[in-house]
Amino acid sequence: MSPRKIVLRFGPEISDKPIIYRLVKDYDLVINILKANVNPQKEGIMVLEITGEKYEEGLKYLREQGVAVQALTREVVRNEERCTMCGACTVLCPTGALYIERPGMEVRFESDNCVVCQLCVKVCPVRAMEVKL
Amino acid sequence: MERSYQEINARIKSGKVVVLTAEEFIDLVKEKGLTRAAAEVDVVTTGTFAPMCSSGVFLNFGHSAPRIKMQKVWLNNVPAYAGLAAVDAYLGATELPENDPLNTSYPGEFRYGGGHVIEDLVAGRPVKLRAVAYGTDCYPRREIETYITLQDINEAILFNPRNAYQNYNCAVNLSNRTLYTYMGVLKPNLGNANYSTSGQLSPLLKDPYFKTIGIGTRIFLGGGIGYVAWHGTQHFPSMQTDGTGKELGPAGGTLAVIGDLKQMSPRWLVGTSFLGYGATLTVGIGVPIPILNEEVARYAAAADEDLYAPIVDYGEAYPNRKPGNLGYVSYAQLKSGKIVVLGKEVPTAPLSSYPRAREIAGILKEWIKKGDFLLTEPVQLLPSPQEKRKANVLEVRKEG
Ligand code: SF4
Ligand code: SF4
Repeated sequence: MSPRKIVLRFGPEISDKPIIYRLVKDYDLVINILKANVNPQKEGIMVLEITGEKYEEGLKYLREQGVAVQALTREVVRNEERCTMCGACTVLCPTGALYIERPGMEVRFESDNCVVCQLCVKVCPVRAMEVKL
Repeated sequence: MERSYQEINARIKSGKVVVLTAEEFIDLVKEKGLTRAAAEVDVVTTGTFAPMCSSGVFLNFGHSAPRIKMQKVWLNNVPAYAGLAAVDAYLGATELPENDPLNTSYPGEFRYGGGHVIEDLVAGRPVKLRAVAYGTDCYPRREIETYITLQDINEAILFNPRNAYQNYNCAVNLSNRTLYTYMGVLKPNLGNANYSTSGQLSPLLKDPYFKTIGIGTRIFLGGGIGYVAWHGTQHFPSMQTDGTGKELGPAGGTLAVIGDLKQMSPRWLVGTSFLGYGATLTVGIGVPIPILNEEVARYAAAADEDLYAPIVDYGEAYPNRKPGNLGYVSYAQLKSGKIVVLGKEVPTAPLSSYPRAREIAGILKEWIKKGDFLLTEPVQLLPSPQEKRKANVLEVRKEG
């Protein structure tokens, strides 16, 4: 069975719980953490690659714990022609996938770090960030 | 050292002119000192590429048969002002379709407005024209619906009454809710700080006393050639200083600019939408600064660490027009990605594209070097800080 990518979003009450440990121990899942980010308010985003028979049960457990789970079937891409490299998105992107390279001030997009929250799609003033299914 | 416009243009024509971008000139001054750099360099080029709301285009559509006066005009559903002679109209960058949901579902998206129509026109895409009028003996038609392109119409003159702001606020949010402003999304409790000039590359930051920029100055505008038409609206230039009298760079100047849309490019005029705020146009402008003397050179060499922006709260102070600010921050600090406001470290983001500003300064430099672009001596310089122009405010009165 090939690994599946999911995004987890959780609040401060969950960031201290050993949820990943439980997924491995109780549901026999093989987990690869692609990205983990907890902000100062203790809200977190995690991108996982999961393989295992009890995939659905594992997801059910996460939801019961109050974790928002979303499959990463969509992708956000940057229209390079349209992007003006203004930088407005960089301070809002929660994972730093969009960032400014200094000192040149060019805006870079590291799609591996993107969790498809789509914030940039809404805020980019010239609509250079697009959702692909 | 003195240098005249005539001498500079003679050097452009003979191919001997020395042109540097503002970034390159700053480096040269650091390396060789001001006197030598000023002696070597004839022209310094600047650039800015940022949303500029006070932008728009005068259009003349040509006459249909039978003729129509065009009392009201829409382009791709966006209203244009037609209270001019028959078949003339002015389309403003921030105009929105009458059926736009605006901020009713807050924050509104403002996906398409006047700035987007201008981008469509300049990109050569067909635009739907609708006009209505009362009939007259000379203009009998009452309604028309057709498609136009930039090529088909008689004139398309970009005329932007307030562009190229000399300097601008660094916007922060002291309130506890997210704000959607013309300075972008401002997260609560000092979540971010947004700024919008190209700092050391920005045209009016490099000529604070308007020693070279005036009516008739030839410029890069939207990818083509344009001119400074007048001082911009709200042109209130001044030199900022700190408590000790140290200069913190200028602020308050603006330009009114004009140019032929037909020779511009969609790379340098981009339809723009600010979430929760509105539609606008991102405009590319580059101004050449002739190094007439050492004083002009000294200001043209001002670097990011010499130029400051005031930090302003958009939660309470700005919307209520409360004076004052939360201090000043240099463009070097802003560009580093973090500043400190009221003791808190705050991440920064630009709204103005520094890489594109650099590209504009580079293009203008090439135009001048190739001999395609001569400098113009202004018919009249713009009002300088010494004139102490001050902003009037609007009072709410019961009667006139
Ligand atoms: S906000 Fe849009 S245009 Fe600006 S850098 Fe980000 S993706 Fe590019
Ligand atoms: S969707 Fe946009 S804002 Fe969200 S993580 Fe990806 S790049 Fe960043």
